[in-house]
Amino acid sequence: MEQIAVSITVNGRPLRRVVEPRLLLVHFLRDVVGLTGTKVGCDTSQCGACTVLLDGRAVKSCTCLAAQADGGSVTTIEGLAAGGGELHALQDAFWAKHGLQCGFCTPGMIFAAHELLRTNPNPSPEEIRHGLEGNMCRCTGYQNIVRAVQHAAATGGRP
Amino acid sequence: MTTGATTTRVFGSGIRRREDPRLITGTARYTDDITLPGMVQAAILRSPHAHAKIRRIDTSAAAKAPGVLGVFTAADIEGHLKPVPCLWLVPGTDLKIGSYWPLAKDVVRYVGDAVAVVVAETTYQAYDALALIDVDYEPLGASVDPQKAAAEGAPQIHADIPGNQAFHWTVKGGDVDAAFKSAEVVVKDRIIQQRLIPTAMETRSALAQYLQATGELTLWNTTQNPHIARFACSVVTGIPEDKLRVIAPEVGGGFGSKIAQYPADFITVFCSKKLGVPVKWTETRRENYQATTHGRDHVQEVELAATRDGRILGLRCKVWAGMGAYLSTAAPGIPTILHGLMLSGPYNVPAVHEDVYGIYTNTTPVEAYRGAGRPEATFMLERLIDKLAHQIGMDPVEVRRKNLLPPFADGCTVVTGLSYDSGNYEGVLKLALDRVGYSNLRAEQERLRKERTYLGIGVATYVEICGLGPSQVAGAVGFQGGLWESCIVRFHPSGKVNVFIGASPHGQGEETTFAQVVSDELGVDPNDVKVVHGDTDQTPMGWGTYGSRTTAVGGAALAVATRKIKEKAKLLAAHLLEAAPEDIDYKDGKFFVKGSPDHFKTIQDIALMANVAWNMPAGMEAGLEATSFYDPPNFSYPFGAHVAVVEVDADTGQVTLKRYVAVDDCGPQINPVIVEGQVHGGVVQGVGQALWEECVYDDSGQLVTSSLVDYAVPRADVLPDIEVLSTVTPSPHHPLGVKGIGEAGTIASTAAVYNAVIDALQPFGVQTLRMPMTPERVWRAINAGRKES
Repeated sequence: MEQIAVSITVNGRPLRRVVEPRLLLVHFLRDVVGLTGTKVGCDTSQCGACTVLLDGRAVKSCTCLAAQADGGSVTTIEGLAAGGGELHALQDAFWAKHGLQCGFCTPGMIFAAHELLRTNPNPSPEEIRHGLEGNMCRCTGYQNIVRAVQHAAATGGRP
Repeated sequence: MTTGATTTRVFGSGIRRREDPRLITGTARYTDDITLPGMVQAAILRSPHAHAKIRRIDTSAAAKAPGVLGVFTAADIEGHLKPVPCLWLVPGTDLKIGSYWPLAKDVVRYVGDAVAVVVAETTYQAYDALALIDVDYEPLGASVDPQKAAAEGAPQIHADIPGNQAFHWTVKGGDVDAAFKSAEVVVKDRIIQQRLIPTAMETRSALAQYLQATGELTLWNTTQNPHIARFACSVVTGIPEDKLRVIAPEVGGGFGSKIAQYPADFITVFCSKKLGVPVKWTETRRENYQATTHGRDHVQEVELAATRDGRILGLRCKVWAGMGAYLSTAAPGIPTILHGLMLSGPYNVPAVHEDVYGIYTNTTPVEAYRGAGRPEATFMLERLIDKLAHQIGMDPVEVRRKNLLPPFADGCTVVTGLSYDSGNYEGVLKLALDRVGYSNLRAEQERLRKERTYLGIGVATYVEICGLGPSQVAGAVGFQGGLWESCIVRFHPSGKVNVFIGASPHGQGEETTFAQVVSDELGVDPNDVKVVHGDTDQTPMGWGTYGSRTTAVGGAALAVATRKIKEKAKLLAAHLLEAAPEDIDYKDGKFFVKGSPDHFKTIQDIALMANVAWNMPAGMEAGLEATSFYDPPNFSYPFGAHVAVVEVDADTGQVTLKRYVAVDDCGPQINPVIVEGQVHGGVVQGVGQALWEECVYDDSGQLVTSSLVDYAVPRADVLPDIEVLSTVTPSPHHPLGVKGIGEAGTIASTAAVYNAVIDALQPFGVQTLRMPMTPERVWRAINAGRKES
């Protein structure tokens, strides 16, 4: 199959790879770059487990071709925190409020919450529930995720 | 016992989970995240027909496709893989097991039955090649409804199993005929416990690495029970158990769907063995919906005999339980042992009689799904009690109060023969009603009805059977394994502790709660305790995480092991302090001479000495560790009372859950934050069954709800905050008194929400609705009621 070259900055690291045009961004991240923190939970863009940031905005990386991200900058869960073991406020909030159980939906959920707080820094619980309706969690019943997002909003930026 | 064993410093505290740092940073490794050198990918071709003969399979084009290493069908596995075994052979049922070949031989029996496998260098190539396999099917008639499949003339699913009946099981207690003869009131219902799809967020995956040079296999697998997986894999593949290592790395939820041993896992092993390279298979979500086990699927005909003043006299039921096309690992035990024996619930029911027919259908195999049998039992009873209340004009809470068993602290034998451990059912009901403000709500309901706003209040009181269970009972009820748990607790020279445990949590947080138990029992910081699980080469035998048993049984094993350690440490402390053992006291990690608290050795001092063994008492072995095998003397019986408040829009049929109060009693709580999380998740899954979720097959056996687009998993915006409360009634037989909480929410909430919706619809005379209670169904029921009145 025909191959194309893409240049994508992932977590601040510029990468140039030759890939199939049909390669999904999520598979680029997981299989080509080796960043497996981003999850695949469905094949119809319903679950949101694959949510990452593309040029600062949340996208479902199973609904985006690697080719579409050419020239762009992607942040995955591995690159969310500043580094050095420090956690991003959202990561810490999910931990503090028991916002995860099996953890599979968590990376995507954190980025969905990231997008929500980017557009609405002080959401009400109802706004949080609406803001996260594109992401599924089967373990928590969402309640502690809502608490986590409220906590992250209250603690702001960095922990 | 040494003093200090029950000091609770960390036990009972909602400390942060130690699982989380790896999960929130993307450093956790689930099966599909693992890559091995030389690894290739498998994809499985699945039947598009519910029932068909396979006339011919042509794999030649697929075999020539780019990147393909091999294409295999039933003919290739012949002599290499045995049929997938069923491991719960419920006795006295004339159980008939249909051959469950890893790759379908001659006939496919459900949409999703595995037909062929392609192994290729990449996943994309494997799926490209899959599309090139040409299968010539001859479609046969299909049965999807268990009651219809049991009827005369239904298509025969397994040639050697007449009437599609896998088993007929009966439970009887008391004199049911007499109860119905003397009844002043009889209420009946026909309940469809619709089929559900567990939908763990991580789909299933297997990575097999077979080393041809040594004959050793390592299987990374999305399983709730790696030790059972090893045993089953050995049986099916013939690889000896000692050369077979199963690793359950991070597992992304299970809810029962990762108990079973699946064809795909064995196919993956076969491919690795055949090709001599590591092979990974990960299912797509569509494949997960077609081929990973489903839950529930009962047709229930139930009747309750009672007096006019609301006293229950007896319960009689017939259940047709859909088993799917093949009997999954634990499937026969679920609608029988875990269902029928719980029929009397928390009530004094003098007589019961239930016939359960396990029926093959042309559908995905049915297995445990959160609650497994108990939600189906609780629902029957809670539904009939509300119907009884309606018929005799009594408040449903009053009827419950009249029939609840009085509080007991040490054993209560019920009509099905079980002996509940401890309970205070009136206590949880009272707390739930107080919290929700029941009498005010009733008044509010009356008032709002006049304004054409339809509020409904639903109550469910439940008891469940957990902490599975005594192995002797497991044997008596046909479970092909034990139900004990074992662990090793080991002090390192530096005073740090490793726990190696056979149970295999996958989201429930036992790495944290077990560390809390060890911390309290041994007086070490919880951060100095690491819990290792999920690897059969690293952990002692365990029977897995299901049936709310990991904390109940594994936790007990842990308590026993730590207490053994403390006994040895005390002897060593006495030796080092030059005192008699009976003169040694223990408190908070320190052993000291009675009356001289300054003259002490810490547990860490003892651990160091035991490990270097420079100065040991005569005859004492080096090391400070203990192994325990804990086989519980009884099951545990958590219980609770839940109240749901809904509002129904009479114009659209839309049901809104306004409030939800859950009161659960799982005994003492090791980590109340984790307990609350389990209740949240459990409740929402049960609400899902009542209002949204249904696995739908059409009459030809096509799976209509084959993706997350069609199957309505609850989302964040349709739920209220759940109000979680608890009471504490310790289990008398458990070393820590704990009972288990994983399934409680699901067991109660379907019935509570259902009762609330029916309650809201009383002005329209609605008595029964099919679940899920979608706007369309509710609207139609309201409209029918309006026409009648």
